[in-house]
Amino acid sequence: MTALRPAAVATVALAALTLSACSSADSDKTPTPSAASSSSGMTDGTFTLYAGRDQELIDPLIEQFESDTGVSVDVRYAGSTELAALLQEEGDATPADVFLAQDAGALGAVAKADMFATLSESITSTVPAGFTSTDGSWVGVTGRARVIAYDSEQLSADEVPTTVAALTDEKWSSQVGIAPTNASFQSFVTALRVLEGEDAARAWLEDMKAGDVQIYAKNSPILEAANAGEITLGLINHYYWYRMAAEVGAENMRAQLAFPEPGDAGSIVNVTGVGLLKGAADDADALQFIEYLVSEAAQQYFVDNTYEYPLIDGVSAPEGLPALETLTNPELDLSDLDSLGETTELLVDVGLL
Amino acid sequence: MRSARFTAAGGLEATPAPPSRLRALGGRLVLPISAVVAASLAAIPLIYLVVRVAQADGSAIVDALWNARIATLMINTIGLVLAVSSACLVLGVAIAWLLARTDLPGRRPWLVVSSLALAVPSYVAAFGWIATTEVRGFWGAFLVLTLCNVPLVTLPTIAALRLADAASEDVARTLGRTRWRAFLEATWPQIRPASLAGVLLVALYVLSDFGSVALMRYQAFTWAIQVAYESLFDRTLAAVMSVVLAAMGIVLVAAERRMRGAQARMGSTVAARTQPVPVALGRWRWLAHGGLAVVAALSLGVPLGALARYLLLRTETSTAVKTGDLMADALSTVGLAVAGAGAALALALPIGILAARFRSRLATATESASYLGLALPGIVVGLSLVFFSLNVAPMLYQSIWMLAFAYGVLFLPKAVGAVRSSIVQVEPGLEDVARTLGSTPAGVWTRVTARIAWPGIGAGVLLVALTAMKELPATLLLRPTGTETLATSLWRLTSGAAYAAAAPYALVLIAVAAVPALLLTREVAGGKRHPEETL
Repeated sequence: MTALRPAAVATVALAALTLSACSSADSDKTPTPSAASSSSGMTDGTFTLYAGRDQELIDPLIEQFESDTGVSVDVRYAGSTELAALLQEEGDATPADVFLAQDAGALGAVAKADMFATLSESITSTVPAGFTSTDGSWVGVTGRARVIAYDSEQLSADEVPTTVAALTDEKWSSQVGIAPTNASFQSFVTALRVLEGEDAARAWLEDMKAGDVQIYAKNSPILEAANAGEITLGLINHYYWYRMAAEVGAENMRAQLAFPEPGDAGSIVNVTGVGLLKGAADDADALQFIEYLVSEAAQQYFVDNTYEYPLIDGVSAPEGLPALETLTNPELDLSDLDSLGETTELLVDVGLL
Repeated sequence: MRSARFTAAGGLEATPAPPSRLRALGGRLVLPISAVVAASLAAIPLIYLVVRVAQADGSAIVDALWNARIATLMINTIGLVLAVSSACLVLGVAIAWLLARTDLPGRRPWLVVSSLALAVPSYVAAFGWIATTEVRGFWGAFLVLTLCNVPLVTLPTIAALRLADAASEDVARTLGRTRWRAFLEATWPQIRPASLAGVLLVALYVLSDFGSVALMRYQAFTWAIQVAYESLFDRTLAAVMSVVLAAMGIVLVAAERRMRGAQARMGSTVAARTQPVPVALGRWRWLAHGGLAVVAALSLGVPLGALARYLLLRTETSTAVKTGDLMADALSTVGLAVAGAGAALALALPIGILAARFRSRLATATESASYLGLALPGIVVGLSLVFFSLNVAPMLYQSIWMLAFAYGVLFLPKAVGAVRSSIVQVEPGLEDVARTLGSTPAGVWTRVTARIAWPGIGAGVLLVALTAMKELPATLLLRPTGTETLATSLWRLTSGAAYAAAAPYALVLIAVAAVPALLLTREVAGGKRHPEETL
């Protein structure tokens, strides 16, 4: 008799769930884990994508791909790092065929777990070396420049420091915002280590900490803080500003952007990228999607909608941004930036992580 | 509800009944066995953590844990847990006393208003505070977590005050005690289990919360776990840290158990349980109104105000919001929350009954195991169920059922606490009387125990549903591909900086979550009947 009341509740729950399942079932079909691996060398007209990028930005692109090719895409959205952790947990049982990530670190973690199939030369060669993996485990899709956001009510454009080294000056004490857990910030620290040496990087971080640098969880709260005048300067990725401007109107933006001088570690370009899971190595649909991402149409879409840098020839950067070439540092090979482990160790040592 | 119960009963009666002696033996074993099964399911996250830690390199574990940074983060977390728990206890009991024992005008509306804070997810509240004030860091996290969690103490305390015997406080007064001492000596022992059970839920929530402390830029221990996943991509290290967090959770559960003590039952005769005479506040009532208004303004006004401001900031270039999407998300949020509450109830009933009726090691162990989920960050519980699902039930992976089960495990303590304290309130003597009058054990359960305890258990179920609606990290990992809830949509829009588009989702989430919150106040306010009168 003990079971009566739970049974009643379960009946109600079942009814409610069936209702809600029906309401969402028109847009998606739950894929079975085995669906992905069953199509060796063939196309079954569908594949599963784990997308670590914003749904608002990626959905229209996927719809375009679906209507162009007739392939239907099951997309699972979450943070890049959460998806990397999920993929590691799932291992070979993963229902995912393709992993689209917002930073090289998440792709590197999955590659290190040996879960990616090697991409063909015809795909990887579309993107210049330095903006893609060195071993063909994933390919770069877009570039994101590191910039300094500043509060235009407290500073004029020419008062903004042009190097990150200048940020340790006493006059910026408690005025600068950073996000030490953010992958893009960590890539910048890696660049600092590679360009200036370990000791200089450590000294810079220690000076920043001594100067009461403000710690944020992500890029966007830094931009909001600068936009509210809470901090004067913040280290972020360039497109956050363009997106916020699109939401609230560019004329309402109190925060403005400054590009550190070329060659400075503060001006490096990070990449987003995509990789093919091993179980989908022969999945023609999944491969077609990866090819699509490095095609002119998709690259132009990123330029127009996400304000990111295109990585293939023949598509030019968003208006108002310095050309990618001027930001590319000849002394820095982006494949040198894979020593993330040492960077996080340094950040932990200094006490920023 | 009633007809569903009949259907279920009919279904059961259709099966042939076993011989009665076997049945009695089975009956005696059913409870402990189902409690053990439920506790093992609740312990899945811990089992997962042990598996992960076993894979770790011993010296790496020591390096990861033995450094000044971890110590700082731990002290930060302990400080926050203590501060928020104490504030919630004091504020919660004070509000409960005002609303249950005084002649304050408008107690009913105030009860509703002060419970509505439960409907506001702490990350939305934190966002509201950041958008409108300069409060950050420890005080920011303290304020947000306290304001969002006070009702977890207020509601059970009101319920306990309604059931508590007021006559003994009157006796203490006639013996010359001050009102304060009379409350402490006569009433507090009766409401202590309920209040402390609420405080435990608050403390565990603070321990495991990442969203609002991250927004407030207060570096708590969950920050270290997030770093392990996010920056180091090191699941093993994250597991090691999570074990530390789980250990802190177990310490909290043990501490609450010690402080809870035995349930004090005073004056069990019907005659003694007269309606207490409300305390006349006189001019103090203005202070009471003022205090309640301040709490309401801080806990509801600030987040709602910030959301309204973002709604007004909308421009043509802002991300569009489709009403259909909003409704679909709301529907799946409700469906999943109901299923999660059902799962939690199924797991909680055997554990709670065992804990309420038997003081055995088994009861203690199963109840403690049930609290683990709440002490761990959602991402850890989520990954543990990915692990469990793929290894044990691959068919259910990324299905609504696994997500509902995850909610059940995550929020089990809320249901276990409700089941336990409701059944503790049923005086065993009543059950004995029913037995001597010829009722079967099952008959005693349905006609006496469940009937009296049901409102309290129902409140626990509502609380689970309410919390499940606001849950984010485990939902992101475990939901079926393509399924959206209000919380995941909110996450998606805010991570794209589309705050103006996110505002309606946050408002609908608060509105939807307000329904169980309001039902909860009804359960609490309806506690006027005394257990004896329901017979």
